[in-house]
Amino acid sequence: MNSAIFTLNIFNDLQSILQYDFMRHAFEAGTIIAIMAGIIGYFIVIRKSSFAAHALSHIGFTGAAGAVLIGMTPLIGLLSFTIIAGIIIAVLGKKASTRDTQIGIVLAFMLGLGALFISLYSGYASEVYSLLFGEILGISNSDVLITLIAGIVVIIATVIFYRPLLFYSLDEDVAEAKGVPVGMIGIIFMILVAIATSMAVQAVGVLLIFALMIIPSATAQRITKTPKNGILVSMTISLLSVWVGLFASFYIPYPVSFFITTETFSLYIIVLLIQHFKNKRLVTILQK
Amino acid sequence: MDNVITAKKLIGGYPSNITWQDTDFSINRGEFVAVLGPNGAGKTTLFKLILGLIKPIGGSLTVFGENPKKGNPRIGYVPQRHPIDSEIRIKTIELVKLGLDGNKFGICLNEKNIEKEAMSALKTVGAENLADKPLGELSGGELQRIFLAEALISKPELLLLDEPLANLDMKRVSEFVKLIYRIAHFQNVTVLLIAHDVNPLISVLDKIIYTANNKIVTGKPSEILTSESLSKIYDLPIEVLKDSQGRIAIIGTEQPVHQHENE
Repeated sequence: MNSAIFTLNIFNDLQSILQYDFMRHAFEAGTIIAIMAGIIGYFIVIRKSSFAAHALSHIGFTGAAGAVLIGMTPLIGLLSFTIIAGIIIAVLGKKASTRDTQIGIVLAFMLGLGALFISLYSGYASEVYSLLFGEILGISNSDVLITLIAGIVVIIATVIFYRPLLFYSLDEDVAEAKGVPVGMIGIIFMILVAIATSMAVQAVGVLLIFALMIIPSATAQRITKTPKNGILVSMTISLLSVWVGLFASFYIPYPVSFFITTETFSLYIIVLLIQHFKNKRLVTILQK
Repeated sequence: MDNVITAKKLIGGYPSNITWQDTDFSINRGEFVAVLGPNGAGKTTLFKLILGLIKPIGGSLTVFGENPKKGNPRIGYVPQRHPIDSEIRIKTIELVKLGLDGNKFGICLNEKNIEKEAMSALKTVGAENLADKPLGELSGGELQRIFLAEALISKPELLLLDEPLANLDMKRVSEFVKLIYRIAHFQNVTVLLIAHDVNPLISVLDKIIYTANNKIVTGKPSEILTSESLSKIYDLPIEVLKDSQGRIAIIGTEQPVHQHENE
């Protein structure tokens, strides 16, 4: 992708990377996206709402395709579609256990619409490709600004709703009896998922959304024992994977989303294996 | 005596499906009450009414002298079959803490204090050694005690326990009943406990709420658990048998002929 040569001096390397505007934008947006994904992903994992995140990203694809079709920036289409869909999903299914079917129903219809928009769109195929697999290196100045605003909204909302959201995620029935407005919290949560998902689509695309939204949080969930640590670790993993991914893609001409996915996936597998062998050793020790 | 719950001409259920009607009863402070009856007879409906999660269709229900309201800190609630995913690795004490401040917004300013309260609630149920254990690794009996601690942390005066004895083996059932009884007795907490089998509870019960056949009757166990009174509730000939240790068996006979004659 460029003539820069990787040296072992990271600071020099970073300096040469950040002299490019597109790399700076990618680092800025990537950092905010990783923080958001780390926070919201953690709640998605303990609520077991992965399917909702998956569905929202696909619905976002329809929105983005529609926006491109009428000449708007895809990010606006993504955001508006995912937020509306998120609210609908939250309102339709009151209990989490009944949501899969309803989400699937909405998803099928929306993807059909997306297919229509793509067939009507006569522009470059690269637009569609970047929606599906992410193109963080192509992020514009104004997209960075939107991402920053989204990040601030997500962080403030998480601080305000942290305890009710956690209560609602772990123990919905008791939370409701204790006066947590579960209907409202459910809607707010889905709006936050919609925002975080839309932003993450810029980095890894609709199809690889789990790489940032789910895998780091699932890994963090396995190795931490308090929600606060879980969120911190999940944020750290997604941050590192985005940074390392951007760094690597500067020197090796593969897509950033490939690097991010590979990193988070490998880390998850490593944690899984370590825990597996630790448990096994523990079992053999106990048997002796 | 102090009235904790009073129902007058209460009609419960959902507008399309009335579960029971014309119900009058009162529960006094410190009473240990079993809520019995077949599935679908409205035992959980009664809890939801007391918790303010649904409204009475008719009549009146007061809890601590007021209309039921959501989030009443004087009530501790353990719902039925409350699933905790086996993959959840969050430690137990974190869930107990939520019982005290999970409904509060913003940043927690007295985390230390809440941690201390949670530890003392865990001690009350004899589960302080589980504080750091991941939730997903707890056994059924351990989980029940943790849910109880989660309910007790707010120091409730009324405990609503929905089938806490289901899924426990016989030894755990009797341990758990003793535990609840001890808490109720020493902290003067009123307990309403939904159960399938009354036998493990008989020695500790003050009262029974029996719901069946669109009716609710209340009374002392000796009044309710008789062939005569159960036959009246069900409108069926029912026989209550007692063994040498006071355990009972409720036996219903075949569909009576007179029901058809009445139609």
